Amino acid sequence: MSTSTTDALMGYDEVIERFDPVMGLEVHVELGTATKMFCGCATTFGAEPNTQVCPVCLGLPGALPVVNAVGVESAIRIGLALNCQIAEWCRFARKNYFYPDMPKNFQTSQYDEPIAFNGFLDVELSDGSTYRVEIERAHMEEDTGKSLHVGGATGRIHGATHSLVDYNRAGIPLIEIVTKPMVGAGERAPEIARAYVATLRDLLKGLGVSDVKMEQGSMRCDVNLSLMAKGAEAFGTRSETKNVNSLRSVERAVRYEMCRHGALLAAGEKVVQETRHWHEDTGMTTAGREKSDAEDYRYFPEPDLVPVAPSREWVEELRAALPEPPAQRRKRLQTAYGFSDLEMRDVLNAGLLDLIEETVAAGGSPAAARKWWSGEIARRASAQGQDVPTYAAGLGLSPAAVVELEGMVTSGRLNDAMARQAWEGVLDGEGTPTQVADARGLQLNQDTGALEAAVDEVIAANPDVADKIRDGKVQAVGALIGQVMKAMKGQGDAAAARALILERLGQPS
Amino acid sequence: MAELTRADVEHLSRLARIDLSDVELDRMVGELGVILESVATVQQAPTDGVEAMSHPLPLANVARPDEVRASLTPQEALSGAPEVDEQRFSVPRILDQD
Repeated sequence: MSTSTTDALMGYDEVIERFDPVMGLEVHVELGTATKMFCGCATTFGAEPNTQVCPVCLGLPGALPVVNAVGVESAIRIGLALNCQIAEWCRFARKNYFYPDMPKNFQTSQYDEPIAFNGFLDVELSDGSTYRVEIERAHMEEDTGKSLHVGGATGRIHGATHSLVDYNRAGIPLIEIVTKPMVGAGERAPEIARAYVATLRDLLKGLGVSDVKMEQGSMRCDVNLSLMAKGAEAFGTRSETKNVNSLRSVERAVRYEMCRHGALLAAGEKVVQETRHWHEDTGMTTAGREKSDAEDYRYFPEPDLVPVAPSREWVEELRAALPEPPAQRRKRLQTAYGFSDLEMRDVLNAGLLDLIEETVAAGGSPAAARKWWSGEIARRASAQGQDVPTYAAGLGLSPAAVVELEGMVTSGRLNDAMARQAWEGVLDGEGTPTQVADARGLQLNQDTGALEAAVDEVIAANPDVADKIRDGKVQAVGALIGQVMKAMKGQGDAAAARALILERLGQPS
Repeated sequence: MAELTRADVEHLSRLARIDLSDVELDRMVGELGVILESVATVQQAPTDGVEAMSHPLPLANVARPDEVRASLTPQEALSGAPEVDEQRFSVPRILDQD
């Protein structure tokens, strides 16, 4: 039983001074398949309770499971992306336990024959260094049903008299990815944990195998942590903190458990091997079930499913078709686009890389793509609580619009200020950039006679500035351009004005 | 093989949430004992040099396409539930799950 008492915590610096953390992370990823792992029920998130269930996922007598081909393929692709070996032959196993969230009284999983094993994932840390996380295994299994606890004062499990179970989620394909114990991470353990989960999330997203929404539970992380005294060789007793569901929480949970274990060990107490629950609101963990006698799951090979034996040819085909790893792609595109580190960081934080890549592919320049997909549209998207890609998709905006807008600037039809107006019109739903420019009468004044007259007038009115430019102080031209543009009522072509002023004053343009 | 005790059967019945009377408990100790003895007999078969198997047919890679098939209606799905509440299976509280 858990209690709500506050744990004693050791200061983080002292923990680092006296102990070495040993950390293992287990990440569960729900695959984005249309159907469940062993039956044809749909996997739509948020459906009415018990509307996506059948005799197989309800565990009714006589029902026979058949594995989802895409589930197996996704598992292999994930294994390959994590640099794992792929089993030549492996089986499913029954993990037997008595909880109502699995109506079969067992979860179909894999035991000692995972489909993928012995891999690694390189993780970039904030100081630019790389940490290699060794992957123990990635195996196929199925999700459990969802329980709602009623009858208690809080709706939480304690004090509840009944659990109401919805089996829509039972049987949705899961891949469990388990790291080897990470030793020697020291004070960077919390950062490494977070960076690993973030990197893994990007990788899985790039593979297109899952929507990896931590807040919806399609990616969940369990944190195994123990401490050992400096210089010790044997691992300490670990705790297993379940369902840590945001990147920030992963980092905080590791840190919290390090401080909790530190205080226990320093006081000469024992760490209990148990499941801990992470509480997002308080940033603490509380005790769950002790693992000692619940650990016997009586695994045995699932007799209702035949072995999975992926041919080497198929595995190599899947390997060859893997997308470029996200970190590699980011580096390649940053170099190709000539973005500074700061610009690249902003692009990534705003989730714009795909849009920019599509815009460049459609004929736009990287600079224009970055410029137009940031700025005004980002401000509007954020006001709606959306990211730019989602917002743009909602407006039906495609990269072609940015390419069109940029073309109107390079062709000399619009200056920058006009292009901004045209873009605002596009975002207001007034049509394509050309339609908006036509409707709003946005058009640079191409009357060279008018421009020449304005330039001569401005030079005559500013003899001092003109002299400076004649003497070679070309940077002073800006002041004159501004006045020419004013005289042209904002519709002048600034580049043409600049060239003309310099020509009049005998400077090369 | 260790003898099955009455305590073992009680433990199992509690895990399986099957309510057994004292009479039934006594009977199950005997009946389950017979089953376990039969398994013990099978275990005596000479298996040296015989590879362990989990499936009688030499089959692998049986999979289905990822295509949605009709599910049961909620009424059908819940027809065997001990109790129903809010279109969900209502079961006695459990200790430590979410």
